[in-house]
Amino acid sequence: MTAIDSSLQTQEPDAISAGTTATTAVKGRGRVPWRFLGNRALFYLFTLWAAITINFFVPRLMKGDAVDQYLARNRNVSPEAADALRALLGLDTDKSLLQQYFDYWNLLLHGDLGVSLLHGLRPVTEVISQALPWTVGLVGFATLVAFTIGTVGGAIVGWRRGSRLDALIPITTFLSTIPYFWLGLLAIALFSVNLGWFPIGKAYGVGVTPEWSFEFIGEVIHHGFLPATTIIIASLGGWMLGMRNMMLTVLDEDYVMVAQAKGMPNDRVLWRYAARNAVLPQIQSFALSLGFIVGGTIVMEMVFSYPGVGKLLLDATNAKDYALMQGVFLVITLSVLLANLLADVAYAFLDPRTRQTEA
Amino acid sequence: MTVLEFDGVTKAYSVRGAGQIKALDDVSFTLESGQIIGLVGQSGSGKSTIAKILTQLETPTSGEVRLDGVPIPRRGKELRAYRQKLRMVFQDPFASLNPYHTIRYHLERPLRLDDIVPRDQVDDEVHRLLERVRLDAKAVIDRRPHELSGGQRQRVAIARALASRPSLLVADEPVSMLDVSIRMSVLGLLSDLQHEHGLGVLYITHDLATARHFSDEIMVLNQGRVVESGTADDVILRPQNPYTQELRAASPDPDKFFASSGILGGAQ
Amino acid sequence: MTAVNDRTAQNDGAALDADGAHRQAGVPATATVRTSQRPASTPPRKPTFWSKLGSAFAMFRNPKSIAGLSILGFFVLVAIFADVLAPYPPTRIDNTARFQPPSAAHWLGTTHIGEDVLSQVIHGTRGVIVVGFLAAIIATLIAIVIGVISGYLTGWRSESLSALTNVFLVIPGLPLIIIVASMFDDPPLILIALVLGLIGWAWGARVLRAQTMSLRTRDFIQAARANGEPMRRIITVEMLPNLMALIAASFVGTVTAAILGLTTLSYIGVIPVTTYNWGTILNWASAQGAFRQNQWWWYLPPGLCIAAIGVALSLINFGIDEYVNPRLRSAGERARAMKKKGMNVNDTVTVVRTNTKTQENA
Repeated sequence: MTAIDSSLQTQEPDAISAGTTATTAVKGRGRVPWRFLGNRALFYLFTLWAAITINFFVPRLMKGDAVDQYLARNRNVSPEAADALRALLGLDTDKSLLQQYFDYWNLLLHGDLGVSLLHGLRPVTEVISQALPWTVGLVGFATLVAFTIGTVGGAIVGWRRGSRLDALIPITTFLSTIPYFWLGLLAIALFSVNLGWFPIGKAYGVGVTPEWSFEFIGEVIHHGFLPATTIIIASLGGWMLGMRNMMLTVLDEDYVMVAQAKGMPNDRVLWRYAARNAVLPQIQSFALSLGFIVGGTIVMEMVFSYPGVGKLLLDATNAKDYALMQGVFLVITLSVLLANLLADVAYAFLDPRTRQTEA
Repeated sequence: MTVLEFDGVTKAYSVRGAGQIKALDDVSFTLESGQIIGLVGQSGSGKSTIAKILTQLETPTSGEVRLDGVPIPRRGKELRAYRQKLRMVFQDPFASLNPYHTIRYHLERPLRLDDIVPRDQVDDEVHRLLERVRLDAKAVIDRRPHELSGGQRQRVAIARALASRPSLLVADEPVSMLDVSIRMSVLGLLSDLQHEHGLGVLYITHDLATARHFSDEIMVLNQGRVVESGTADDVILRPQNPYTQELRAASPDPDKFFASSGILGGAQ
Repeated sequence: MTAVNDRTAQNDGAALDADGAHRQAGVPATATVRTSQRPASTPPRKPTFWSKLGSAFAMFRNPKSIAGLSILGFFVLVAIFADVLAPYPPTRIDNTARFQPPSAAHWLGTTHIGEDVLSQVIHGTRGVIVVGFLAAIIATLIAIVIGVISGYLTGWRSESLSALTNVFLVIPGLPLIIIVASMFDDPPLILIALVLGLIGWAWGARVLRAQTMSLRTRDFIQAARANGEPMRRIITVEMLPNLMALIAASFVGTVTAAILGLTTLSYIGVIPVTTYNWGTILNWASAQGAFRQNQWWWYLPPGLCIAAIGVALSLINFGIDEYVNPRLRSAGERARAMKKKGMNVNDTVTVVRTNTKTQENA
C-alpha cells in the first residue's frame, strides 16, 4: 500500500486547484530602492577613499630633487600655506607616514588644498572653483547631446535594419576612432583659420569680463561651439553602436513580436517597448564611460585653450605645480564619482527590476 | 551492493523579506543498487534540490545523507571515492557537454581522473563505453557536441556518467528535452544498463507515464515533502493522496483515449 | 509490468546519424525511418592541426574581420620594416627644404627643419604598434586573471575582486597617467605600456567576470565539478575556450584605447618627445604652427594613420561581435531579404502569398 502523509490533507488552496503556482501577488513596495543605492553610495565612498590615498602617495613617490626644487621655489609662501604644502606633498620627512596621512586628511576635511604656485599663490580651491564650471558646462552639455542623439539615432538605425541607415554605423564609428585632439585641431584649422567662422580658442574673447549679460552668453556660445561639436561628433559613434546592437537583440525578443502581432502601432513598439528596454544598458555604460569622457575633455581643453580643469591640470603639470595637480585630480575624481552616483539613481528608477528585488 | 539513504533531510533558503523557504522538508528514502526509484513532482517541488545535494552542489540544512552507512564526505580521498560511486545525468543535452571538446575528450576525462583503467587502455575503454550506449564510436568520437543530435548527446552524457563505473546513477529529467519519439529508447537504454550492471537509478521526472514504466518504486514530491510513495503501479493506478490523484488526472492516458474512441478494440 | 524494450525501430537518431549527416534543426528524428542497419560509412577525418587552428579563429573569418586584420597587418609590416621602407632617416635635417609641400623627393613634404614627414610617420608606426600591443597584452592578462577568478569564486573573495575592478574602472585614467608620467623625465616605452595596461584592464575584467559567472552555472561545468576536476583545470580547460571571443574582443578594444592614449599623451607632451610616434609628430606640428599655416601634409597623415588603425581594430571587433551574437549578423540580411520579397521586417501583419509557383520542401 502506499504511504501517505496525512498531515498534508488539509492545506490552503494548493497550486493545482488554484491553477497557478503563484497564489499571492506581492505589491511592489516603495518606489525608492534604498538598498541598491545604499550599496552604490558605499562603493563610491570606498573609491573616493582609494583615490585620496593614491593622491597621498603619488608625490611621495617622486624623486627627491624635484621636491627640493619645489621647496626652493616657494620661499614667498606664508607660513600656514607652507605647512599645508608640506603636509600635502610629503615634505615633512620627520613625521611618520601614518601621521602624515592623518594630517593630509585633516587638511582635506578643512577644504584646504594648498596654494598654487602657478596662479600667484592663490588657494588651490579658489583656482579650481573658477575653472570647474567651464568644464562641467561644456562637457556636460556636449555629452548629454551626444548621448541623446546617439541613443535615439541608434534606436532608429536598429529599427530600420537592412536599410541604407546602416551605413551610419561605420561612419560614426570611424569618427569616434579619430583622436579627439586631432579632430579638434582639424576643426580649428578649417573653421577658425581658413573660414574664420569661429574663434581659435578660449571661452570668451580677450578683454571681455564675465557677467550675466546676453552679450557674454553669446560670446560663450560662439567660442564654445567648436569644442562642443567636436566632442559630440567624436563620441556619437560609441553611443549609436551600443544602442543599435541592443536594439537588434531586443527586437528579436518574443515580447516585441507579441506587441506587433497585437497590432500595436510601429512607433509605439519602437519607443515604448524596444527602445525603453534597450536603453537600460546604455545608461549603465554611460556611467562607466564618464571616466573616459574626462580624459577626452582634458585634451580638448588644451587644444582649444578652454579655461577648464583639464587645461588647469596640464598647465600645472608643465609647471610642476604639484599642489594644483593633486587638487585637480581630486576634484575630477570626486565629480566622476558624483556623476556615477547620479547615473545609478537614474538607472535604479528606470529599471523596475531593481525596485522589485528590494521588495 | 550500495545503499544510499536520505534521512530526514531539510533544505531551507532564507529569502529577504519572506523568511525561510523550504525546498525540502524532512525527506527520507532509501535507494539500493539494482533498484530504480522514480521521483515525481512538478516544477519547484524540490526534485532538483535532491539532485544537487547528491552531487554536492548544495548541503542539507538538517538531516543526513549516507552512502553505505557513511555520511557524504566533504573533501579528500573519501569525497573522490563517493563521487566515483554516484554519478549524475543532466537534463539539458545541449548544455551538459562542453561545446569546445570532442566526445573523446568528454569520455577520457573521467577515466583519467579516477584512473579507471591503465593509460594504454583508455582509448579502448572509450570505444567500449560508446558501444554500451549504442552509438557508432567511429562516427561520433571525434565530433563536437553541436554536431550530434539531442538523443546522441544524451547517450554520450550517460556514457560519461558510466565511465567511472558507478553504483548509483542520478538521472535528473534525462529525457524531458528530447523528442518524444526517442524518449523511450533512451529510457530503455538506462533500463538495460541498470539490469546489466546492477545500477541503482534515481529517476527524477515530472512525467508520470515514463516514471511508471521505468521505475520499481515511485515517490511523489510536493512542495518539498514526500506525499506518497510505494510501488510504481500502486502509486499510479491506485493513488491515495489527493495531490497524486490530481497529477494523475492531469496526465493524458492513451488507454482511456483509445478505449473511449473505439479505435483499438476495447481495453488492453 | 512491462519494461520498455522496444528496439525494433531504432529511431532515435543514433542509427540515423551514424553517417554523420547533419540533421536540420526542427526535423524530428523519425523523419526517415530505416529498418535495416546502415553500413558504417566513413568516419569524419581526424581534425588536423590546421583545421583546429582554423576553427579556433572562426570568429575572424568574416569579411569585416578580414578587412580589419589586413589593414592592421599592413601597419605591423610597416613597423617591422620601417628602416627599410623610410626613404630618409627621420631626424635628418635639411635646412634647404623646409616646410615643403609634397613633392617627388618628399612624398609627404617636410617639417620646419626639413625632416621628411613620410619617414617620420613610418618610423612612428613602430612606437604605436609596440606600445599598443604591449599595453593590451598586459591589460588583458590582468583582466583574465582577475575577471575569471572573481567570476568563478563566490563569496567575499569574489566581491572584493569585483570591488577592486570597479575602483579601477571609475577612477579617471588619463589624469592619473598625466600625473604619474610627469614624475618621470624620460620614461621608456615599456614603462608607458605598463602604465597604460594598468589603467586599462578593468573594463575587460568586468565583462569577463559577468560571463564567467553565467558559465559557472552551466551544466557542463557542474558535470566537470561532479567529475572531480580540480579548479585550475576547470578554469583553464573548460571555461577559457568558451570565453575566447570575449577575450579577443576585449584585447582588440584595449589596443585601440592604448594607441589613442599613447598618441594623446604624446601630443600633450606628457610623454617626452624623444620617443617616436604619431602623437609626437602632431605635437611638433602643432608647436610649429602647422595648423595655423595650413601645412596639411604635416598634420594630416599622422592623424589619418591613427584613425586608420582605429578603424581596422573596430572592424575586427565588429566581426567578433557578429560571431558572438548571431542576431547582429543576420538582422540586416534578413531585413534586406524580406524587402526584396516586398515585405517590411517591421510589418505587424505577415503578408501571405496567394500564388505559390513552387512547393517548398515540406
